[in-house]
Amino acid sequence: MEAETVIEIRGLTNRFGKTVVHDNLSLDVMRGEVLGVVGASGSGKSVLLRSIVGLMTPSAGQITMLGTDVLRASAADRAAASARTGVMFQDGALFSALSVRENVEAPMRERLAVDAETRRALADLRISMVGLPPEAGDLFPADLSGGMRKRAGLARALSLDPEILFLDEPTAGLDPIGASAFDSLVTSMRATLGLTVFLVTHDLDTLQATCDRIAVLAERRVLVSGTMAELRNVDDPWVHSYFHGPRAHAALAAAVG
Amino acid sequence: MAETIPASPLNLSGPVILSTLDEVRARLDRAAAGAPVDLSAVNRLDTAGAWLLGSTGRPVTGADEAQSLLMRKVQDAMPVVDESAARARWRATDMLAGVGLAVQGFIAATAHSLGFVGLVMARLAATLAKPRRLRLTAMVHHMQAVGLNAVPIVALMGFLVGVVLAFQGAAQLRQFGAEVFVVDLIAVSILRELGILLTAIIVAGRSASAFTAAIGSMKMREEIDAMRVLGLDPIELLVLPRLLALMIMLPILGLVADLSGLFGGGLMAWVELGISPSQFRTQLLADVDATQALVGLSKAPVFAAIIALVGCQQGLMVKGDAESLGMRTSRAVVIAIFLVIVVDALFSVFFAVWGV
Repeated sequence: MEAETVIEIRGLTNRFGKTVVHDNLSLDVMRGEVLGVVGASGSGKSVLLRSIVGLMTPSAGQITMLGTDVLRASAADRAAASARTGVMFQDGALFSALSVRENVEAPMRERLAVDAETRRALADLRISMVGLPPEAGDLFPADLSGGMRKRAGLARALSLDPEILFLDEPTAGLDPIGASAFDSLVTSMRATLGLTVFLVTHDLDTLQATCDRIAVLAERRVLVSGTMAELRNVDDPWVHSYFHGPRAHAALAAAVG
Repeated sequence: MAETIPASPLNLSGPVILSTLDEVRARLDRAAAGAPVDLSAVNRLDTAGAWLLGSTGRPVTGADEAQSLLMRKVQDAMPVVDESAARARWRATDMLAGVGLAVQGFIAATAHSLGFVGLVMARLAATLAKPRRLRLTAMVHHMQAVGLNAVPIVALMGFLVGVVLAFQGAAQLRQFGAEVFVVDLIAVSILRELGILLTAIIVAGRSASAFTAAIGSMKMREEIDAMRVLGLDPIELLVLPRLLALMIMLPILGLVADLSGLFGGGLMAWVELGISPSQFRTQLLADVDATQALVGLSKAPVFAAIIALVGCQQGLMVKGDAESLGMRTSRAVVIAIFLVIVVDALFSVFFAVWGV
């Protein structure tokens, strides 16, 4: 199948006062790929994600997602496009007044006319698919541990069976077992659902285990993108120290061994 | 599955996804029981579709590799329905238990509040022994927030109360030709009671809620825990500056309310009854002495302590979720206003017994 561009970013510029975060940034995301976005703290990874999903309006540029110009389309078109995407925020961002099951049901309740019984069954399925125990559905976000909150956030992001999944630091704060379980969850969902995943992370193990392509944000643009192996041969000092540091070696050794 | 007559397969086509779930389900329901489902013409299948196919228990044919992988994943993830979980039934004794729990909760909350008051008192005494420990900057900041910034609303409220009293009083007193006593009516009621009571109610609404929300959101972001592990005392850092700021500012706000109330009352008396400002002054000085104002203002520090303590305590009781922040904030205002009115009634009895 011909690789189809699902997200196309052209000339994106983001400015906060005098600080320029992105300057003429361009990036393409293909259907079915897992794209990892890395960069130093403050290099605008989260700002990029927030621009794509429409949480903030960039100073200039064009973003096309699933054929919709997210910056200029009508509110209805934008809502239709965002119904085909799911976002998992860093700490889950669950609605604290709702139980986990109600959180997962919330997008279906808003966007689709599904009867309550099906909705409940599908929510339970999502909860189980992300690896939460069935009884977690009745718990409230305040009762969950950090890892469970992330999984519940993922279950909610998957609620509408999205085509594109945005993950913001999915493994930050997870124990290594939980983190690698999360990695294999992402990989298996990509294989079964044909998901496109836009992944912002610092976790080299996650990058190694899940990503087809890695985009490095630096100097206010996408400095370079490619596979892990390709990026290891880039001789930019920051990229080099990122992919050749002791942690990178450990991640690579773990993947090889 | 032992099928004697092979039923003709049901050929599904197009997308089998969440948004087409109802159509697909209708087709499946119409098909013969046990008929296999053929997916050769299905171009999209998502977890909702796989769930539907899996839950019918029909054999599935013609699925491509990704589709069968998805169906296996979904099948594995399908929660086991636990039918044995019996629903708890309502019993008559539940109501009794509810009453008991409410009483127990009330007693526990009262004990907790008393403990909190004691703790703050102890910290206050420690701070008075070592005045350098007092966070002066924080206190001045709160004095501005709860005091200075509240002056316009308190002055307007006092003025309007004075106007209303003069207006209503005039209508009644005119029947007896005792118009001039409207001055006494305004002065006594505003200076003794209404000025400070209504100021306290406004401040409770403004500041008790602000204290709860500020401290509560700190609690939610673990700032209070961070203070504790750093050896900083949240009572000393957060509660005492607010408490002292409010105890200093509420009497001043009460005085503002008293003065603007007298001004509003005097203005209305002039307009409505023709009592000139100089006549108003003479009558005021002849019949009302400073004791009336002092009786009123003497209640202010007590009201201030109630408002600040309730606001801060409710803030510290906030749990991790946004719901509890909202609940505590509204509870802080209700409890503060309620206690202010109760204590005001106790003051009335006290002053009556002492004949002040």
